[in-house]
Amino acid sequence: MTREQLRTIVLEELRRIAPETEPGALRAERPLREQVDLDSMDWLNFVVALHERLGVEIPEADYAKLGTLDQTLDYLAAKLG
Amino acid sequence: MIDFTMPSLGADMEQGKLIEWKVKPGDPVRRGQVVAVIETPKAAVEVESWHDGTVHELVAQPGETLPVGAVLARWLAPGEAPPAAAAPGAPARARVSPAARRRAAELGVDAEALAGTGPQGSVTVADVEKAAAEKAAAAARPPADAAAARAAEMRKAIAAAMSRSKREIPHYYLSETVPLARAQAWLEAENARRPLTERILMAALFIRATALAAREYPEMNGHFRDGAFHPAESVHVGVAISLRRGGLVAPAIHDVQAKPLPEVMRALGDLVRRARAGGLRGSEMTDATITVTNLGEGGVETVFGVIHPPQVALVGFGAVRDGRVVASLSGDHRVSDGHRGALFLGTIARLLQEPEKL
Repeated sequence: MTREQLRTIVLEELRRIAPETEPGALRAERPLREQVDLDSMDWLNFVVALHERLGVEIPEADYAKLGTLDQTLDYLAAKLG
Repeated sequence: MIDFTMPSLGADMEQGKLIEWKVKPGDPVRRGQVVAVIETPKAAVEVESWHDGTVHELVAQPGETLPVGAVLARWLAPGEAPPAAAAPGAPARARVSPAARRRAAELGVDAEALAGTGPQGSVTVADVEKAAAEKAAAAARPPADAAAARAAEMRKAIAAAMSRSKREIPHYYLSETVPLARAQAWLEAENARRPLTERILMAALFIRATALAAREYPEMNGHFRDGAFHPAESVHVGVAISLRRGGLVAPAIHDVQAKPLPEVMRALGDLVRRARAGGLRGSEMTDATITVTNLGEGGVETVFGVIHPPQVALVGFGAVRDGRVVASLSGDHRVSDGHRGALFLGTIARLLQEPEKL
């Protein structure tokens, strides 16, 4: 899967949880949860959605590695190897 | 015959709009069954029947806005025979002229549901065309307008309920810093061994601890009505849920004292999803006996909330920081005093030190 495809999937799942998100306005290097206003329930739903869509396990201890959109894509790409 | 009436789905709801019937005449209904969808300023709510019976007559039509208490439908009580056919002279169904019926079919309008302006109240072609034009105008309205109108309605509903609270309830406020390191460590270990889809959030521990403490302090759990406090048998915890487009609702998780933590977590996830997507139940909107608000997500240290009438207490939690959280209580001084409030808050703090027992 290319990084662009992965990005599309991540943004799709993000918009399912936060429909008002404008992907164009999202800064890939800035903290995701601040920009999109995700509370812990939204975040859990987002992680579950990525798990179900991509089949990756995301331990709670790894949440910090998903700080920004770029980091999230790096993390998922490495997991999908 | 049992009247099924427009329910009051919130402290200051005056009217509601019938969106949809989930039953039709002749259907059996059971107590607790969802029978209709009602739109309130806050949400579209699935409303349950309070009685067993059989649907005899649907009085209200989808689209109608009616005051609280208006008869929406009639059930036959179990074993009750339907009454004899309407006597002559009783209002008959709308008569629809054949031309109007044809035009209605073309335009996709339900002619039977219209109020006719023709001879003897019959529905005319003009009535049908007027209804079709109104329907088209409603459909053409930009969704942004509808969302803005809805947000304004919700603001009004929140304003009414909160103004009533501040007018009627002499609030007192207490707070306590609660050590949370044990609960955090326990939760981390617990979630590490749980499948992703069954992870538990700290909010579920807060809700469960509040419910168990409320069992020990009944004056925190119930409703103040008609000048007197009525303690509740069960603890239905209202959970303040902010909506993405602004505003909030505080629907209840029922019987939290009897639900193990994983079940409380599932109920919370389900409630948040339905609060945001639509599909809350009438009983969830009215049954809460105490409210929990968890405002720490944005980094807020302490929240002193406004009690949701007719309830008498609200417990708030701020941000979890350095292994601590500030828990607060807004109490109703008509029902309890600060001393008991402090003991109640202390009990929540104690329960959170033994997360494995939650």
